[in-house]
Amino acid sequence: MTDTTSTRRMPIGTRIYLYLSLSLVAAIVLVPLVTTALGGFKTLGDLRVNPFGLPSDWVWSNYVDILFGERYWRQMVNSLIIACTTVFLTLVVSSMAAFCFAHIRFFGANQLLNYFLIGLMFPAATAILPLFIRIRDLGLLDSYWGVILPQVAFGLGMSILLFRNYFRNLPEDLFQAAFVDGCGYIRFFWYISLPLSRPIVATVGIVTFVSSWNSYILPLIMLNTESKYPWPLGIMVYRGEFGTDWQLVLAFITLTILPTIIVFFLAQKHIIAGLTAGAVKS
Amino acid sequence: MTNMTASLGEASVPDAAAHVRYKSPTARGRLPALIIFLPPALLLFTLFVILPMGEAAWYSLYRWNGYGTPTEFVGTRNFQVLFNNAAFSQALVNNGLIILVSLLLQVPLAIWLAVMLSRKIAGVVAFRLVFFLPYVLADVAAGLIWRFVYDGDYGLFAAIAGFFGVATPYVLADKDLAIYAVLAVVIWKYFGFHMMLFIAGLQALDKSIMEAAEIDGATGWQKFRFITLPLLGSTVRLSVFFAIIGSLQLFDLIMPLTGGGPSNSTQTMVTFLYTYGVTRMQVGLGSAVGVVLFVICVTIAFGYKRIFMRHD
Repeated sequence: MTDTTSTRRMPIGTRIYLYLSLSLVAAIVLVPLVTTALGGFKTLGDLRVNPFGLPSDWVWSNYVDILFGERYWRQMVNSLIIACTTVFLTLVVSSMAAFCFAHIRFFGANQLLNYFLIGLMFPAATAILPLFIRIRDLGLLDSYWGVILPQVAFGLGMSILLFRNYFRNLPEDLFQAAFVDGCGYIRFFWYISLPLSRPIVATVGIVTFVSSWNSYILPLIMLNTESKYPWPLGIMVYRGEFGTDWQLVLAFITLTILPTIIVFFLAQKHIIAGLTAGAVKS
Repeated sequence: MTNMTASLGEASVPDAAAHVRYKSPTARGRLPALIIFLPPALLLFTLFVILPMGEAAWYSLYRWNGYGTPTEFVGTRNFQVLFNNAAFSQALVNNGLIILVSLLLQVPLAIWLAVMLSRKIAGVVAFRLVFFLPYVLADVAAGLIWRFVYDGDYGLFAAIAGFFGVATPYVLADKDLAIYAVLAVVIWKYFGFHMMLFIAGLQALDKSIMEAAEIDGATGWQKFRFITLPLLGSTVRLSVFFAIIGSLQLFDLIMPLTGGGPSNSTQTMVTFLYTYGVTRMQVGLGSAVGVVLFVICVTIAFGYKRIFMRHD
C-alpha cells in the first residue's frame, strides 16, 4: 500500500531520470549483442557500410550453412557431454563428502574440511602446468576426462561447503526418528538427505554447469583434436579460420550463445539465484 | 525442540539397547559410510588440486621442458627472470589496474543501478535481467563480440568514427589504448553480477529504518549516504573481494580480444603464464608464475577476510 502511494508521489523528473539512466545502460549492454546477431544476416560489404542498422538484404545463408554443417552441432554436443558429466560427478562426489562433514563425527573432520576449502582460495590456472603434466602422465590428454576430472576437482571446495551447510540445516528430528528406527547413515543419505536437498542440488548443478559450459582454459590446454573441442574453443578456431569474414564469425557467435540466452530467459530466477547464492554462501 | 523429541522417544522405546543407541548421536554404519563417501572427493581433490599446486612450487625451482624428470636445479632463478621481465611487470600492473577500475567504477556503478532497481517502478525485472545477461555469457563469446565492436574496419567503432568524420581508431591494436578497451569489456561483463549482490543486500535491509528516516524528512541523498551505504558495508566488502579474485584470474576474456598484445600491453598474470609457460613449455617459469599468483591469492584471501570481513 505504502509502496504504490510512494510510486505515485515520485516526481515526474525523478522518473524520467530513472528510465533514462536505466535505458542508457541497457543500450550499452544490448547494442553489441543485437548488432552481432544482425551482423550474421549481412554481407561483408553491407557490414562495412552499415554495422548498426538492419541488413539491407537479409542473408540467411550465413546461419543456414552453419546450422546444416556438422561443426556447430559437434561442438555443442562436446560441450554438453563435458558439462553434464562434470555436473553429475560433482553432485555425487561432493554431496557424499559433505554428508560426512555434516552428520558424522570422526577424527580430523574439521581439518579435512579445511583441506577442501583451500581449493576456494586459488584459481585453477595457478597449477595449470603441473596439472597438464599429470593428465598427460595418466594418459588422459586429449580426452574428455582430462577436462572433466580437473573441473570436478576444482569445484569440490564450493560444492562441499554448500551441501554441508544445507544438510546441517535440515531439521534434527529427522535424524532422531530415522536413527531410532535403525536407519544407517548410507540409507539415511539416500532416502532422506538427498530427496530433501533439491534446492541445493539445483544451485550446485547450475553453478557447475554454467562454469563448465563456458570454460575455456582447461579444454584449451588438455584437448588438441578439433573434433573434441567444446564450443568456446570452437569459436576461437572458427574466428582464426575465417578471420575477417566477420559476417560468418558473427553468425557463429550468435548461434553458440543462443542456447545460453534461451535457457537464461526460461530459468532466469533459478540461474540468477544460483549464481549469486553460490558465490555468496561460499 | 530436540529435548522434547528426546523425552518422547525415551517414553515410547523402553528397550534399553535402543535407549543407548538413541543417546549417542551416531547411527549404524558409520565406518562404511566414511569409507564409501569420503575417498572419491579426497582422491580427486588431492590428485588434481593439491598435488599440482605442490608440484608447481617444486617445478618452479627447475629449468624443465616437461619431459623426463626435472634435473636442472636453478634455485630462485625463475623468479628473478620473472621479476626482471617487462611483460610480467606489465601483467602485474594490469592486474592492479583491473582491481582499481573495479573498485572505482564497477562497484559504484553496481550500487547506483541496484538502488534504482530496488524502487517499485515498472520494468524493474526486465532491466535486472538485461544487466545480468553479460555475466551468464561465456567470456570467450563476450570477448569476440567486443573484438567486433572495436574492429576498425567493420565494427561499431568504425561506424561511429565514420559518422563523426574522424580517422578510425584501431583501439585493440594501439598499445596505449588497448588496456582501456579491455577494462571497458571487463566492466560490461561483470557489473551485473555485482549489481545482483547489491540488490540482494538492499532487500535484506530493515525497511523500518528507512521509514523512520522518511518521517524525519531525510532527503534521498541523505538516506543513501547515511543509511543505505553504511548498512551495505558487508555487501560492498564482498563485492570488492569478488572483484579482486576475479581480476587475478582474468584470462578467457583477454585471449579473444588481444591475446595479451599488442607488445604485451594487455597481459595479465594468467595470460603471461599461458604465453610464456604453456605454449613454450617452460615448466619452471610457468610454475613460478603460478606460485606468485598463489601467494597473492592466499595473502589476499586471508588478509582481506581478517582485516575487512571479520565482523561479517
